[in-house]
Amino acid sequence: MDFRFNEQELAFQREVEDFIKRELPADWTERSIYWPGGYGTLAELEEVDPIIEQFTRKLAEKGWLTISWPKEYGGAGRSHIEQAIFHERMSYYRVRGGEVATLIGGPTILHFGSDEMKKEWLPKIARGEVRFWLAYSEPNAGSDLASIQTRAVEDGDDLIINGQKIWSTAAHAAHYAWMIVRTDPDAPPHKGITLLIVDNKSLGVTIRPLTNICGFHSFNEVFFDNVRVPKKNIVGEKNKGWYYVMVALDFERLVIPMGGFKRTFEEIAQYAREAKLNGRPLSQEPLLRNKLAQIAIEIEVAYMFFWQTAWMLDRGLVPNIEASVLKLVTTELSQKLANLGMQVLGHYGPLERNSKWAPLGGRVCTGYLDCISALVGAGTSEIQRNIIAMRGLGLPRS
Amino acid sequence: MNLGLSEEQEMLKTSARDFLQKEFPKKLVRQLDESETGYSPELWRKMAELGWMGLVFPEKYGGSGGSFLDLIVLLEEMGYNILPGPFFSTVVLGGLTILSAGNEEQRNEFLPRIASGDRILTLALTEPSARYDAAAINTRATTSNGNYVINGTKLFVPDANVADYILCVTRTKEEQNPEDGITVFLVDAKSPGIECTLLKTLARDKQCEIVFDNVGVPQNNILGKPDQGWTIIKDTLQKATVAKCAEMVGSAQAALEMAVQYAKERVQFNRPIGSFQAIQHYCANMVTDVDGARFITYKAAWKVSEGLPAALDVAIAKAWTGEACSRVTLLAHQIFGAIGFTMDHDLHLYYRRAKAGEIMFGDSDTQRAIVARELGL
Amino acid sequence: MDFSFSEEEEQFRQEVRLWLKREIPARWFELDPGMWEETEESWAISREFQRKLGQKGWLAPAYPKEYGGLELSHTKRLILAEELAYNRAPVSVEVEITVNWVAPTIMLFGTEKQKKDYITRVARGEIIFCLGYSEPDAGSDLAALQTRAVEVGDEYVINGQKIWCSYGHLADYCWLAARTDPDAPKHKGISMFIVDMKTPGITIRPLINILNHHSFNEVFFDDVRIPKENLVGQKNNGWYQLVIALDFERSSIGVAARQQRIIEELVQYAKETKRNGEPISNDPLVRNELAGIAVENEVLRMMCYRIAWMYSKNLHPSYESSMTMVFASEVTRRLANVGMRILGHYGQLDRDSKWAPLQGRIMRMYLSSLSIGVGGGSNEIQRNIIAMRGLGLPRG
Repeated sequence: MDFRFNEQELAFQREVEDFIKRELPADWTERSIYWPGGYGTLAELEEVDPIIEQFTRKLAEKGWLTISWPKEYGGAGRSHIEQAIFHERMSYYRVRGGEVATLIGGPTILHFGSDEMKKEWLPKIARGEVRFWLAYSEPNAGSDLASIQTRAVEDGDDLIINGQKIWSTAAHAAHYAWMIVRTDPDAPPHKGITLLIVDNKSLGVTIRPLTNICGFHSFNEVFFDNVRVPKKNIVGEKNKGWYYVMVALDFERLVIPMGGFKRTFEEIAQYAREAKLNGRPLSQEPLLRNKLAQIAIEIEVAYMFFWQTAWMLDRGLVPNIEASVLKLVTTELSQKLANLGMQVLGHYGPLERNSKWAPLGGRVCTGYLDCISALVGAGTSEIQRNIIAMRGLGLPRS
Repeated sequence: MNLGLSEEQEMLKTSARDFLQKEFPKKLVRQLDESETGYSPELWRKMAELGWMGLVFPEKYGGSGGSFLDLIVLLEEMGYNILPGPFFSTVVLGGLTILSAGNEEQRNEFLPRIASGDRILTLALTEPSARYDAAAINTRATTSNGNYVINGTKLFVPDANVADYILCVTRTKEEQNPEDGITVFLVDAKSPGIECTLLKTLARDKQCEIVFDNVGVPQNNILGKPDQGWTIIKDTLQKATVAKCAEMVGSAQAALEMAVQYAKERVQFNRPIGSFQAIQHYCANMVTDVDGARFITYKAAWKVSEGLPAALDVAIAKAWTGEACSRVTLLAHQIFGAIGFTMDHDLHLYYRRAKAGEIMFGDSDTQRAIVARELGL
Repeated sequence: MDFSFSEEEEQFRQEVRLWLKREIPARWFELDPGMWEETEESWAISREFQRKLGQKGWLAPAYPKEYGGLELSHTKRLILAEELAYNRAPVSVEVEITVNWVAPTIMLFGTEKQKKDYITRVARGEIIFCLGYSEPDAGSDLAALQTRAVEVGDEYVINGQKIWCSYGHLADYCWLAARTDPDAPKHKGISMFIVDMKTPGITIRPLINILNHHSFNEVFFDDVRIPKENLVGQKNNGWYQLVIALDFERSSIGVAARQQRIIEELVQYAKETKRNGEPISNDPLVRNELAGIAVENEVLRMMCYRIAWMYSKNLHPSYESSMTMVFASEVTRRLANVGMRILGHYGQLDRDSKWAPLQGRIMRMYLSSLSIGVGGGSNEIQRNIIAMRGLGLPRG
């Protein structure tokens, strides 16, 4: 057993760190209000920021947008540990190491797409030229995703799509929908779903903004009214979409903002060192010390699940329990961290950003709101617990 | 022993709920939340006409002679409908303080005007140290030609932006015991030298920063005795703390009801999600928190209302209610999922207020420190 | 609203206190058996005390006078229960079950003869029932029970096995749920019986609990013949009777009062115990934990008061009882953990050690608290009841 990184990993970590320090404007990390685990404050949504656009291009040049892809498809072919190192460092500086196209779309096409599709899509995804949004959830298909009703009917060389998607994060800032539709209404729910790519500019696509409780336009309702999509945009085989979506969940296992938790925690701890209570640093208060220490421990535990997941993947093992626990622990961490921040900041916690009295750029105040999205987004904690119980521990389905 | 509401209280509760639901639909609540003033003068007048502002004042001051418990019943309903505005500041922080500590002249001057809806008050207690103990009072009042001059910064002062008068807690003497040498002044909010800045907060409650820069106050405006103001503030804090609990109980009840209703209606996997054990257990935990908070709050309020020593009971109520209501609103969000994460949905209004209430007048750790002291530790 | 007691009620409290001081033998406090820790000696003391309570009318103060009760008001019963628990009176779990579940069910569904026979003896403190509910394959899903009772002539013949039967080896009677119609839906073929534990065919096998005490038993029924008249209520109506009994007045006030006493002892311990030359009560974390559990116990006490008050107003509590039970069990477990943390290393010592603080009570509570929230309808089941009955959520 050896918990240290090897030489190559250490070198890579330094390289990532140097790259970020060189290419990311120095004030970005301070300016960004991204809350780890949250979906409402994802960095790219704050204002589709030219800084981030530029940074993304640099990442693409470096080949790191496709860090998990094999080399033959223009990827960096990095090990899972290295991918984990990359995402950890990136999130520490409050930038994302990819989005739907690079993290989910690309790898899925790599596995299941036709040669033609690979040729058409992979290069531009790798260059960071196209962005996808995840068109999964519908008003009546949230936790029960397999019950989607958006229909796609064949018509010559096209499919014609009708229906509605919701909670479509960043649909307005992306170019294509990475979408599941129902193509066989008579089959069992899981077996009549097809995965495909839909151009946002297609006739009949209407994107309507939804404002989240942090006050940002992060997600949307998207309506599809007789939208024509060429059949060549189907990913893999028709009616196998559910399977691809499930497999794709595994591609995201290391896209966890571990560094973001650490960073935010460090900032809260630093605040506690500097703020005074009765002339003493706040950090000398035994109750607060205890709470800070408790969260530090939980972050450390989450890190262990994180590295363990990467380590297992590199060895070809299937981290069923570990990956689900990692997801669950980190979503709850998002909420615990927000509460810790609120407690340490006390009366100053609920001050919004742009207030001269607001500490830490008002991030804690926003984080207190955004952490809710961590609990309910991308598989609620209840669903995660079911997965752990059923897949991980072999308990029977209820 | 009687743990129920009286007939009059039941009537007050029902009429308050009806009035608030009719006059303060959530759309208006949101508008007021986003507005600069945070209240509607027209509805403020209507509330005064209903006798709410004077509920706990004796009849000779234009009130209806109700008890503190009656006020608790009303505040619970205000919490239930998350009523914005300076009612709490005016009646609990201002009115009750003047009623218990003011001289006859001051009572006659202020209480009838509060009761008629003509005067809005607040209490300027906390400072940038954001603490509720006497040692935290650094705003100075010094004598000058028989009158006083106030200098200092007050922070997190609720509703100061619309207040006509501010009860300002100042230090007038440096004593060994920080509780000595505190004086409370009734300060005209329009006095020269007062600068009030609205803070933008999580709950959109109108908390303010007030800078007092050589603000002159006549000696007559001292509330109670000079240098002995802390006993007044301790008493007010006790009432305000339990009053805040009542508000929180009301909003937690509303959040619970919303979540339960949604759990019955929302169908996933071909069943209402409320039929899933995980959701049922969440709901069971929520109702336990709400019911527990309600009765522990009632008990503390009853003690205050009866004039019995209540330090322990009030701290117990706040320690529990603050955390319980935060848990309830968070679980409600968990049940609502993504829809609750939208600005258009009402739930976040409750979630925001829960945190504000938890912090106000001392969070649960602060309250437990009081409980420990009262237990003899 | 009024949270105070009347002068007469306060006097009653004083009377109870004085009586308890006089009547509880000193030996009892030396033995200090916690939950599930009865020994033969402690059992004898509590049987004796049960009779004393009965003579005083305080064992079953709620019962109608004609069956030996006092028809005491709800508030006075609350006070009585609070004082009994706070003063650690020798009242065993089985006595409470007998008085609060079994006899009231007989009162509701029994024949006049059964009432005269059993209820008066319960009120006088002469008999104890054990519960014959759970079976190896019928725990939370109690209605799945399989023990059979078959009518043969003037008798019922019982065959089957019960488990977790607490103090079955010391009880006089078993309050038995058995299946009388195997063809009916599972809730509709159950009947309730009174079985004398001395009846031939009953075999009792002890189960040693985690406190290393014999409190639970497996009870085997092998052609056990009981007279027909021992059926209580209607045949095949047992499930309904059993569910009603779950709703009988259980205000959990005893739990709150017992815990209040423990909290006071922990506060005292914290004040007297020094670490690094300073009383541990100066440690802000200790203060926070003790205050926190005191807050929770006070919330619990108010929930209990509310239930008593609801009864006094004829408002029938339903989900409120479940809520209080679940909450009580959670506070118990947290208290045990808080106590263990405050006692630190010393918390591990059992009462026979001279180093053991508080007679090892906290450690034993740490173990016995595991049984709470498991028996008598687990916390999970209680939460379902709260959700469905209290909040109207649909059945899963």
